[in-house]
Amino acid sequence: MTSETTKITKKYLTFFLAKEEYAVDILCVQEIKGWNKATTIPNTPDYISGVINLRGTIIPIIDLRLRFNLECQDYGPMTVVIVVKVVSSGKKERIMGIVVDAVSDVHDVAEDEIKPPPNFGSIISTEFVKGLATVKDKMVIVLDIDLLLNSQELAIVESLSDELLTEH
Amino acid sequence: MPVDLAEIREIFFEESVENLNRMESNLLELEKGTVDSELINSIFRGAHSIKGGAGIFNFEEIIAFAHIMETLLDDMRHEKQVITPSVIDLLLRSVDALRMMLLAVKEESDYDVQEVQACQNELKNVLNVPTKKSDEKESLEEESDEKATSESSKSSESSELKEPATSDTSTTGWHIVFKPNLSMLKTGNDPINLFDELKRLGDLEVKVDISQIPTFSDLDVQACHLSWELILRADVKLAALEEIFDWVEDECELHITALEEFSSPQETESPLEKSEEFIIDKCEGAVNQIEQPIPHFKKETNREEISQLKTAPIEHKKKVHHQTEANSIRVSINKIDDLINMVGELVITQSMLEQFGDNFDSSRISQLRDGLSQLERNSRELQESVMRIRMLPISYSFNRFPRLVHDLSLQLSKKVELKLSGEHTELDKTVLEKMSDPLVHLVRNALDHGIETPVQRQAAGKSETGELRLHAFHQGGNIIIQISDDGAGFDLDKIRAKAIQQDLLNPDDHPSEEELYDLIFQPGFTTVEEVSNLSGRGVGMDVVRRNIRALGGTIHVESKQGEGSTFNVRLPLTLAILDGQLVRVGQEIYILSLLSIIESLRVQTKLVNSYGGSAEVYKLRDEYIPILRLYDLFDIIPSTTQLEQGILVIAEGEGQKIGLFVDELLSQQQIVIKSLESNYKKIQGIFGATILGNGSVALILDVAGLIQRFHHIDFQEN
Repeated sequence: MTSETTKITKKYLTFFLAKEEYAVDILCVQEIKGWNKATTIPNTPDYISGVINLRGTIIPIIDLRLRFNLECQDYGPMTVVIVVKVVSSGKKERIMGIVVDAVSDVHDVAEDEIKPPPNFGSIISTEFVKGLATVKDKMVIVLDIDLLLNSQELAIVESLSDELLTEH
Repeated sequence: MPVDLAEIREIFFEESVENLNRMESNLLELEKGTVDSELINSIFRGAHSIKGGAGIFNFEEIIAFAHIMETLLDDMRHEKQVITPSVIDLLLRSVDALRMMLLAVKEESDYDVQEVQACQNELKNVLNVPTKKSDEKESLEEESDEKATSESSKSSESSELKEPATSDTSTTGWHIVFKPNLSMLKTGNDPINLFDELKRLGDLEVKVDISQIPTFSDLDVQACHLSWELILRADVKLAALEEIFDWVEDECELHITALEEFSSPQETESPLEKSEEFIIDKCEGAVNQIEQPIPHFKKETNREEISQLKTAPIEHKKKVHHQTEANSIRVSINKIDDLINMVGELVITQSMLEQFGDNFDSSRISQLRDGLSQLERNSRELQESVMRIRMLPISYSFNRFPRLVHDLSLQLSKKVELKLSGEHTELDKTVLEKMSDPLVHLVRNALDHGIETPVQRQAAGKSETGELRLHAFHQGGNIIIQISDDGAGFDLDKIRAKAIQQDLLNPDDHPSEEELYDLIFQPGFTTVEEVSNLSGRGVGMDVVRRNIRALGGTIHVESKQGEGSTFNVRLPLTLAILDGQLVRVGQEIYILSLLSIIESLRVQTKLVNSYGGSAEVYKLRDEYIPILRLYDLFDIIPSTTQLEQGILVIAEGEGQKIGLFVDELLSQQQIVIKSLESNYKKIQGIFGATILGNGSVALILDVAGLIQRFHHIDFQEN
């Protein structure tokens, strides 16, 4: 890393999930709203809580606790939905909500302060973890939200949309 | 300023297309024998305004072409020119040529120069020899001979005309412009091999154009950014060259011209006189250029503004044009006035309600209720008029049929009269656009298979002229388009025989009439023995039905052998709203389209039969309908698992019926369809979602998808 890149700091929004503090790039956060019951979509994995109406658009809600196989917890007054903008398969922007225990703070984190995650002992597959950073003597886990919300069930099935295109 | 000009350009193209359409329909009217000076005037005005508009943008070729048309029409209007079917046909072809040129200019692509030229020459001939038409060919040849001898590069017309004649004779050499697509190398074609091949034919000079190479950071090493200009000095035939480029034909832009005349195709690409001048310049100095390739290209980019524009941004530009086409809509002023009135009323209602809020007491509750119902009416009307803005009369689609029928009946030598009715029926623009191709297909089919030849018709005791009717009308929230002919109708025995032959039907089955007609829509099914270029390949009807279904519509056939057939296409008025039935399963609310529901009933247990152990069927009159317990499929906890305590909704999707078991039927209401795909993805069995009155989301079920999914689960269990 050159001296130039060390100066690059980004703002991160941090939130709690089972007492651990996680961070996402604040530029992809669109808004934070309280939890409202979502409409479940049949035959989807548990971690997809369902869909909600966000001012006329239908957005899916993902429960991060369940996504990371953490212990399930009842939704309380602190439970919030962070609405994020995710870039999927190169171009397409999708809006999704993630359910977290509580939002915490906004921190400046320099790019080079993010250390690669250790390769063991985590229930979260490290592929979604951009790295670990220290903020005010606490460790936060920096997530790669684009990767996380385009994995598994949430991935856009390319071939399907291609099929639809060729049909017409 | 350039922005303004671009806007005017759009308007010019839009208006020109309208003018061309009007000219076309007027010409067809003229052909029917109605000689009316006003008609000719109208055609003349069309040509004139295209000419005028083209003048603003210096589209020289269009101006020249429109001018000749205009002269001919002027003669017609002053009765100097006799109106004969052949003249009308020529004018129709000229309209086509003009349309092609306009489209080419608009999309900055090439068009068939030879055809335009041929048309132009014919027009000239008609003008020069208004009485003796037989001279036409002779004079054509004369003209080309004469100009072939004078090798002046100014004689662009003759060289273009000469091209088809010379293309197979020998010349001293060829000029080849070879512009591969970016992806050509990926398909394993290497230009070097092509050049080696060319070299074998004779002396080859290669000049490479490196102007399209992007900056290093954007460079895709697998893409071919180069293009070449080749000069082959050899006495070979064009066919030999084409053979070499055979493999890459689809993956490049290729222009081959005989060496002496390579100004012609270039000129057609760049209508500005400026560039023409330059090409002459280039002709003379061809050899010098090759010796100093790089300075030349610099010069070229400086001087040929157009060609520079044309290379890289073509793709991009095309997209922009398509977008503007799809994104703009013409709305009549009446509709907008209605809308404004409606908004006015809404504002009045709103202020009335606001007054209630300021000093409210319980005595005014009935007034409040009135106000709210007025608000409801206002918002519904407002919604309807906003929807109406997206509505276009179906004549937009119908208008192309007179020409299509005219051309096809000539081609098939059949006599057909086209009758259009209900052209003012309006439907959603998207539906209209997506219906255009299926309609064309149905009309073609009716002409090709339905209506018989005049001889056959006479033998059958019908009038020589067949009748093709297109009728559109509204019926209960749907639009129905009927395409009917009085032709031969469907031969059910033949359909049956063919279906058995093609393994679509078991020989022992005795399907109903309806089921037999349904076979027409099977992929690959055709009753035609000979495949013509019009139809008979068996692709088509299945695509037609699929397109109609994709729009949420249905298609039905009625036919009587010997008397004709009718296709009934039923379409929803709009794609954005549907009439929905809300159903409850456990705590969840789902929506079924009313169109897909046949009936809903309380289950009588004695009519439920189990089938193959786990599956259940319900005997409804004389049919057995499979029962799908929605709670089972969706894995939710229902209020009841007892069939007799719930409701069975008999629904139809893709021609199959299914009984959906739900807890309760709720209200019916109009719902606005929202996409799940935009932020999530498509889920089988779910058509989309909507937002209910309380702000929550409800999923709209897709019956066809549910059936597929149901079968899939059955299959897995077995």
